[in-house]
Amino acid sequence: MAQRIDVKDLNIYYGDFLAVQDVTMTIDPQSVTAFIGPSGCGKSTFLRTLNRMHEVIPGAAVEGTVEMEGVDLYGPDVDPVAVRRNVGMVFQRPNPFPTMSIRDNVLAGVKLNNRRISRSDAEELVEGSLRGANLWNEVKDRLDKPGSGLSGGQQQRLCIARAIAVKPQVLLMDEPCSALDPISTLAIEDLIGELKQDYTIVIVTHNMQQAARVSDRTAFFNIAGTGKPGRLIEMDETSTIFSSPAQKSTEDYVSGRFG
Amino acid sequence: MTTTASGPPVQAPARRRTRRRTTDRGFNRAFRWIAVGSGVLMLAVLAAVALFLLVQAWPALTASEDDLAASVPRYPADTSLLAYVGPLVFGTLLAAALALALATPVAMGIALFISHYAPPKLAQVLGYLVDLLAAVPSVIYGLWGIFVLGPAVLPVWEWLGQVLGWFPLFAGTVSPTSRVLATVSVVLAVMILPIITAVSREVFLQTPKLHEEAALALGATRWEVVRTAVLPFGRSGVISAAMLGLGRALGETMAVLMILSPGFLYSFKILTSAQHQTIAAYIAADFPEASGLAVNTLVATGLVLFVITLAVNMGARAIVARRKEFSGAN
Ligand SMILES: Nc1ncnc2c1ncn2[C@@H]1O[C@H](COP(=O)(O)OP(=O)(O)OP(=O)(O)O)[C@@H](O)[C@H]1O
Ligand SMILES: [Mg+2]
Repeated sequence: MAQRIDVKDLNIYYGDFLAVQDVTMTIDPQSVTAFIGPSGCGKSTFLRTLNRMHEVIPGAAVEGTVEMEGVDLYGPDVDPVAVRRNVGMVFQRPNPFPTMSIRDNVLAGVKLNNRRISRSDAEELVEGSLRGANLWNEVKDRLDKPGSGLSGGQQQRLCIARAIAVKPQVLLMDEPCSALDPISTLAIEDLIGELKQDYTIVIVTHNMQQAARVSDRTAFFNIAGTGKPGRLIEMDETSTIFSSPAQKSTEDYVSGRFG
Repeated sequence: MTTTASGPPVQAPARRRTRRRTTDRGFNRAFRWIAVGSGVLMLAVLAAVALFLLVQAWPALTASEDDLAASVPRYPADTSLLAYVGPLVFGTLLAAALALALATPVAMGIALFISHYAPPKLAQVLGYLVDLLAAVPSVIYGLWGIFVLGPAVLPVWEWLGQVLGWFPLFAGTVSPTSRVLATVSVVLAVMILPIITAVSREVFLQTPKLHEEAALALGATRWEVVRTAVLPFGRSGVISAAMLGLGRALGETMAVLMILSPGFLYSFKILTSAQHQTIAAYIAADFPEASGLAVNTLVATGLVLFVITLAVNMGARAIVARRKEFSGAN
């Protein structure tokens, strides 16, 4: 089940450095939300607070609340490990486990959760997840080969298969296509379109056309200068952001007149 | 364009570039010679050692059993050289294997704690302490084994002998002196702990952030991150580390010589005295009084140790190479 995320007054720190200031936004379930903005404005940083990956960096801290269906992810008795099982993540660089076969990569998350899984269930899950990631036909004959032997685009889709195999409610993607060729990019964009039936999807991208193509809503982040915190400038329907944004800086950015 | 205008500016950089390229080539050539030279030197040294061992061992290898029995102390009648060296090889391998079995898990635990659990300050101090262990001379370890460790572990050996006496390793009379192979193995384990820990720690620290984060993002606990990302990545490194340790344990002389009360049997009774001896300690113990064919016999046993150490290293390499496809090197 896809879930809705409400972020209120979020400040994000690296040690003493305030990287992102005062973000309040709502992310709708079963939709694709795109984050755009210049480099260094804190898109990745903000994205990583949505599955509590931010805090694995030494000295990192968060103020404010991130509620998922009303439950604060940063509440005192919420286990970050449980949060990450609910909120999957795909990274900028494909990162399948190099020591594992393609099959074991897909099953990695499931095995982690210490669930015993029967052989037939495992086979079914592997096929289902790889089909879900549009990779099944390319790898079905070499499931026992190492995942690192695939092409970059295939590795990225393997990472998506691995993320959806644990049946998360939300899927975060940080520039998932930036290391890929146009054809692999298209394959992943199609996939995002299909996945939003079942998941809440948040995607960071530097590619305006991509944001326009895949997302329902777009959030624009900006930064006033180096050393200043990044801020959410505005968030709206993607068509509105790209045709008639409320803020001048948004218009400048999406029309390429930035800086 | 006129020749006068374009000539010098074109020529000058061209000449400079040529010169730089020549010195580059010079460095390249020098580097290649140094690399090839040191490789050849290593091989030559290795070959020289092997040759020395072979030449010196030859009289013993070719001598008749009667000659050996006549001139080598403790040489049983009607025994081939191989049968004579056998128990020594057995003792050497048993002591080293036990030491490795004790040291590797502990070393990996310490290395993981330092690299992935301890706060940075504590990690630094711990790493330093473990490195210090490597600086203790083996004579000191020998003394420590006799006067401190031996008496300290004696109650444990007695308990093992009583409770687990049915297990071949703990069978037999438990020696009250504690100068047995079990004690030796513990000392050897302590001696090889630093090298295994240091190498494993380096390997674990090199785990790509990317893979650790992949595991974390799937909802891995700290231990699961270690299991899915760190250990598989470090596998071949830990094997090399263990083999380095094994190499040291096989060749360790002084501590064994001082602690162990020797015997020449194929025996698994590591709590009983006068059962085992290692090759290195045997050579060191008997060499001062040996002469003639006895010296050749000692060199022959040294040759066996040399072959074992070579085999161990080659085996380690084979293990590391076997899973290269999955190692993350590509
Ligand atoms: N591990 C870190 N430690 C300290 N500061 C960091 C760390 N990671 C990022 N920052 C800082 O936080 C700010 C936001 O970085 P972030 O990576 O979130 O930007 P971004 O919008 O994702 O940029 P890009 O589009 O280039 O990926 C930057 O000023 C960056 O220098
Ligand atoms: Mg980023």
